Amino acid sequence: MTVSPSLSLAQRLRLWVSRPAGPPAKAVQFDRALTPWAFLVPQLAIVVIFFYWPSAQAVTSSFYLEDPFGFGATFVGLDNYADLSRSNEYRQIAGFTAFFSAVVTALALGLGLLLAVKADKVIRAAGPYKTALISVYAIAPPVAALIGMMLFDLHIGPATQFAALFGYDLRVGIDYWDTAFALIVISVWKQVPYNFIFFLSGLQSVPVSVREAALIDARSGWRRFVDVTLPLLAPTAFFLLIINVTYALFDTFGIIDVIVKDKPANNPMTLVYKVYLDGFKGNDIGGSSAQSVVLMVLVAVLTVVQFRLLERRVHYG
Amino acid sequence: MWKIKPFDHLILFLGTLFLLAPVVLAVMSSTHSAVEIHTGGLFLTPGTEGAATYAKVLTARGGFTGDVTGLSMLMNSLILGVGFAVGKIVLSMMAAYALVYFRFRFATAIFWMIFATLLLPLEVRIMPSYQVMSDLHLLNTYTGLIVPLLASATGTFYFRQFFKSVPDELLEAARIDGAGPVKFFLDILVPLSRTMMAAIFIIMFVYGWNQYLWPILMTTDEHFFTLMRGIKAILQVWVGSQIPDYNEAFALAVLAMVPPVLVVIVFQRMFIKGLTESDK
Repeated sequence: MTVSPSLSLAQRLRLWVSRPAGPPAKAVQFDRALTPWAFLVPQLAIVVIFFYWPSAQAVTSSFYLEDPFGFGATFVGLDNYADLSRSNEYRQIAGFTAFFSAVVTALALGLGLLLAVKADKVIRAAGPYKTALISVYAIAPPVAALIGMMLFDLHIGPATQFAALFGYDLRVGIDYWDTAFALIVISVWKQVPYNFIFFLSGLQSVPVSVREAALIDARSGWRRFVDVTLPLLAPTAFFLLIINVTYALFDTFGIIDVIVKDKPANNPMTLVYKVYLDGFKGNDIGGSSAQSVVLMVLVAVLTVVQFRLLERRVHYG
Repeated sequence: MWKIKPFDHLILFLGTLFLLAPVVLAVMSSTHSAVEIHTGGLFLTPGTEGAATYAKVLTARGGFTGDVTGLSMLMNSLILGVGFAVGKIVLSMMAAYALVYFRFRFATAIFWMIFATLLLPLEVRIMPSYQVMSDLHLLNTYTGLIVPLLASATGTFYFRQFFKSVPDELLEAARIDGAGPVKFFLDILVPLSRTMMAAIFIIMFVYGWNQYLWPILMTTDEHFFTLMRGIKAILQVWVGSQIPDYNEAFALAVLAMVPPVLVVIVFQRMFIKGLTESDK
């Protein structure tokens, strides 16, 4: 099992499935009526107030049209959802979110794997690289985006000047796809170290005997990688795939908010950012709540699909 | 056994270079003046304005009420990071203890109720969470900033895994010696969990310090601004200024990234261990 501030979707699901009413966690347990509740009350209270209450509120609000000035709400049934399904803008943002998540995940995983494989080969010198990369991991997404914003600045940004060398006018914050490009670069930059750490620790847990056997069986380094290393890394890769999709969907909020700032009009954004924008800037509480519910369902469906489709093909050594 | 190829080092070196370059640029540029940056671009070498810029960012009063300084934001980030990590450890150790070591009615239902929180991240219920906080009058309070973030069972999950791996004999021995549940928890389990607590503290501190969305929603009063919230604030005045305060923005970014980066580097071994293998 792996620790991360947010558990992967598959871990969440496995947790759900693995522990119905099964045997107790311990063969020996205390038998008290009240003591366990004393230990549970703080966490239960917080979960009820700050998780169940807002979640329920999201579902109820999604059926209402709320007056922006707070003078009551009208029940509108499924209207908010119907509006969403008819909205071209919403569909376009959903499309961008899918594209963005796919590209960020693929690049972050690929680069993380490449660096980890190389670091594994130079194992004695891997320490400094590891320290360097892990320090990038500790940087918060909005801070990464603030630095990225400077790199892509229209006047002083080195990236902009570099593109100009090739005659390309990079206009991040103004041109839709230029901004998307910057968002992707920053999001990938921030996530590569995380994947690197996990891939490296996965690689280093491959036993020496297996490595030696592979060295004898396969002469070419590439074949060794494809036939031996990759299958052994599959559980790590599967775990990381889900973590990365979750990252691209939710944790990039800070990056988007810093880069897009106050000009969301013709700039790219993800579904989570749209929930925020409609709820807080647009005062469309019903619409924002309906989007929240759609996202909740999406997360639940993703969990099941990923768990069923992908985990079956993964080899566990 | 296997040869070291210069090519491998080259890729690693280039990769690391690309990943670190933005950080170096930010640190170095923060020591130049805004005008220098405006005319000369970003810098890879240290400048002479560093002390003045950091002194200004840390102590000069800015913002709308004129009360917010970099120092006060630093304090608030620290309060959020430490408060979140400590809260998480205390709450989740207690809950995990009850779930693992007690036989009681509704244990299964309670278990599901707590762990269902892992299914949905905070980001999908932004608006209703804000409304609940507003109904409870918790906007612009430290409670509102920290406590709702604790409503996720990650910590409980890890401590539950850990407690399950603790040998049963310990409990049996403790009972023979006449120890009750509270004594067993405080005198045996808590000391036994020290390493686990430290690893979780580091991970959760970085997570709490780096929070962005929640502080943005919860705080409009500058007394409660964290450094992340400050970044949002500095960007709001950015638009429309003649020569933006590049140097101050960079200094703020450096202040916001130094503590978590230091913590992670100093406790690197423990951090990676906690991150990649916690069920031992």
